[in-house]
Amino acid sequence: MTVNKIQTAEQEVESLSAVVIRFVGDSGDGMQLTGTQFTDTSAMFGNDVATFPNYPAEIRAPQGSLYGVSGYQVHIGSIEVSTPGDDLDLLVAMNPAGLKTNLHALKPGHTLIIDVDSFSKKNLQKAEYETNPLEDGSLENYRVIEVSMTSMTKEALKDMGLDNKSITRSKNMFALGMVYWMYDRDMNHTLNFFDQKFKYKPEIAQANAKVLKAGYYYAETLELIPNAYKIMPSEMPKGTYRILNGNTATAWGFLAAAEKSGLELFLGSYPITPATDILHELVKHKNFGVKAFQAEDEIAGVTSAIGASFAGDLAITTTSGPGLALKGEAIGLAMMTELPLVIVNVQRGGPSTGLPTKTEQSDLLQALYGRNGESPVIVIAASTPANCFDYAFEAAKLTLEHMTPVILLTDGYIANGSEPWRIKSIKDMPEIMTHVIDERSETWHPYDRDNDTLSRNWAIPGTPGLEHRVGGLEKDKITGNVSYVPDNHEYMTNIRAEKVKRVENYIPDLEAEYNEEGDLLLIGWGGTYGSLHSAVRKLDAKGYKVGHAHFHYLNPFPKNTAEVLSKFKKIVVCELNKGQLAKVLKSRFPEFEYIQYNKVMGLPFSVTDLVAKSKNIIKDN
Amino acid sequence: MQDTVEKKYTFKDFASDQEVRWCPGCDDYVILRSMQKALPDMGVKKEDVVFISGIGCSSRFPYYIDSYGMHSIHGRAAAISSGVKLANPDLSVWMITGDGDSLAIGGNHFIHVLRRNLNLNIILFNNEIYGLTKGQFSPTSLIGQKTKSSPYGNTQPPFHPGELALGAQARFFARLGGNSPKEMTALFVEAEKFKGTSLIEILQNCVIFNDGCFTQFTDKKIKEDKQIFLEHGKPMIFGKERDKGLVLNGLKLEVVTIGENGVTEEDILVHNAKCEDNTLHQMLVKLQYPLATGIIRSYEDSTFEEREAMLNEQVKSKSGFSKVDELFFSGETYEVK
Repeated sequence: MTVNKIQTAEQEVESLSAVVIRFVGDSGDGMQLTGTQFTDTSAMFGNDVATFPNYPAEIRAPQGSLYGVSGYQVHIGSIEVSTPGDDLDLLVAMNPAGLKTNLHALKPGHTLIIDVDSFSKKNLQKAEYETNPLEDGSLENYRVIEVSMTSMTKEALKDMGLDNKSITRSKNMFALGMVYWMYDRDMNHTLNFFDQKFKYKPEIAQANAKVLKAGYYYAETLELIPNAYKIMPSEMPKGTYRILNGNTATAWGFLAAAEKSGLELFLGSYPITPATDILHELVKHKNFGVKAFQAEDEIAGVTSAIGASFAGDLAITTTSGPGLALKGEAIGLAMMTELPLVIVNVQRGGPSTGLPTKTEQSDLLQALYGRNGESPVIVIAASTPANCFDYAFEAAKLTLEHMTPVILLTDGYIANGSEPWRIKSIKDMPEIMTHVIDERSETWHPYDRDNDTLSRNWAIPGTPGLEHRVGGLEKDKITGNVSYVPDNHEYMTNIRAEKVKRVENYIPDLEAEYNEEGDLLLIGWGGTYGSLHSAVRKLDAKGYKVGHAHFHYLNPFPKNTAEVLSKFKKIVVCELNKGQLAKVLKSRFPEFEYIQYNKVMGLPFSVTDLVAKSKNIIKDN
Repeated sequence: MQDTVEKKYTFKDFASDQEVRWCPGCDDYVILRSMQKALPDMGVKKEDVVFISGIGCSSRFPYYIDSYGMHSIHGRAAAISSGVKLANPDLSVWMITGDGDSLAIGGNHFIHVLRRNLNLNIILFNNEIYGLTKGQFSPTSLIGQKTKSSPYGNTQPPFHPGELALGAQARFFARLGGNSPKEMTALFVEAEKFKGTSLIEILQNCVIFNDGCFTQFTDKKIKEDKQIFLEHGKPMIFGKERDKGLVLNGLKLEVVTIGENGVTEEDILVHNAKCEDNTLHQMLVKLQYPLATGIIRSYEDSTFEEREAMLNEQVKSKSGFSKVDELFFSGETYEVK
């Protein structure tokens, strides 16, 4: 056993409102599991949590390489936590590559736990270190805890008769055990998890439990660090909670909408990162009659859903950026035939294959305009992992009530990130009306419209007397038959646009949070909500007159948009793209000036940067 | 229960009020009329019949049938039909497509729909040319064929739809000339009865861009000598004089004459459309002389929707959840008080 030294031995007792922890290691080191265990345990303790898994696109990048680093960041607080946090209070690095690529995020003076066993010459080389950072003094600004995790894991498991690979694989639990001790967390959740997960391999469950406890007691015994980081439960609204990531929340939102509307749920989908987990979740629920169809490609995914919609199901298709590009023509068909269809696009870094596992918001223009012809559809966006549930439900409600496709935008950041979800009961969710008709009136036509919404009726195959044909060719406004009459085409183009515009009568107003008027309004949409919210909260606390308006409805916009924008001296549109919402706002509301704040790095906004940027803009006033 | 007497339909019940707009003399009229005649014999309710098409001349078909229908987008009718059938397995679903629609742009969906074996019917209008876009070669056009997009002759070898379909595990494959309305009506009824994906290739003459492309097989005068109309359980005999037959010589089908070289009717192969092994069916679809028509393969197998339904029942019987609330409140939840 190596001697473990503490470079900064000063021990202090801290009572913290929130901490940010990141676990990093090789893509096979189990960092995602380590992170989710810590998250779940903290949430059950009563903390608010937000997470950020960040992993490479390769299934197994070469071991020890800089681009093979897998990380999981979690922010836990006794206060409201709305992002995974900017700077780290604790970094756990399982190898040199993890240290090298993540050290910059650790706040000076804060704790770094390192598995020194992995700091071999070979691994240092792979991480492109010229000198060993443990020896060259480059870590002197941090409280470094060097631990021989690998050898201690081996030591703990030496009598269990496990193979070397299984032993080495559980070293992540040693790290987790140490962190549990540091933050005074109960190990029971994780111990139960082992029992469940390895029900049929009890020796593996036992081994993991042993290593977890070894890490915990090691930290305790050697008094390496105080376990006095008290993060008290946060004050969250009363209720029953569970931890949910955005993709699961999205899938559950659709389950709820199906039950509420009394329709069967059909998913036509083709696997694509980071949207695939929605398919994974929905295929599990055949018990609810979910028809989850893994199609041969993206186009079959969406078109099978269109077929199912024609036949009367609540039909959805799920994809990510490049897949949405492939689905474009079919979305036009759904729009033309005026059938309900939800298209979920879990955005990722683009263009083309881009950055499959990283987040971005660069598909907004594609969602709004990426089809041939005049083909407006409803576009909405979720903004947090938990509210993916609400917006999936809302997407289903809007498509059924307005008989036109809805594109629901989420992104990799909220899709994979987790947070507490206050469980909703079906009975508390809004009603969903459909336009299904089952009887023929004297004058019935398939394109007869509801006076208020302009939605057409939904006559489903199998219903006697309502036989009719739909298709991609232009429709006569009365009969629905094919029509090339010039005036009719213009009329139908206008009415399809008007139908989408009228959705504004059915959606909530835009709200400016913190301040309804003032010097600066931060505008955002989608998954940047947490960062903007935190930044504005900080600015507000310091007395700045800053508001935050977040768009969940992107087509149509909320009716009061101009009114909200008019109350601020300056407007900053913050997006993880080159200014797509800004472009749309400029054309829709040209009376305002927009300052853009953009980031295209495959990463979320940093709250610190947003605060600094905002202060600068206010100063320039 | 008053509704015990099934309504008796006539072909008129399935004719829509839309004017049919194909070129005069097109085989599509024959196919449409045969379908309108076949539908009353299928024992399905008008409201349960759905026609789905892609793009092409053939794909105007749904407009002309008075039932439910969708004229969709190029190549995707197979996927749309699959969605319709999965959503409601009780419907009688007909996919209308052409050689361009299903073998080029929709090739991927075409092979996968056959592999899965949903209980639906596909009519493939094969005219070895692109009609609607006015005369380019298609995936079934012949090598050397001169078209608008191959003025010096086509250099892309053709697909044989039957061969492709059997390679993709089609359980039902039939072929017929576009000028055989009586057989066609009967064939459509057979296809509907068949449980699984039935694929019917119609050799459909395009009078404008590829006139006479199948006359070597379909011309009334020579038809009986150039085609063999296969029927399950019957010997593979053809010819005006009913004196020609097929035998297996090694790994090849060979034409023999009954009464010559000691060949008797006993020596002629008996058609078995219903066997699982499709080796002989593959040989039959590739045969150029005589051209095999009729139902070449008709092997009943479990359908995709049956397999899905069985799995759903299994999952349902094991699951503790019938309402989504039960799922939401299950597993690891915690209270904030």
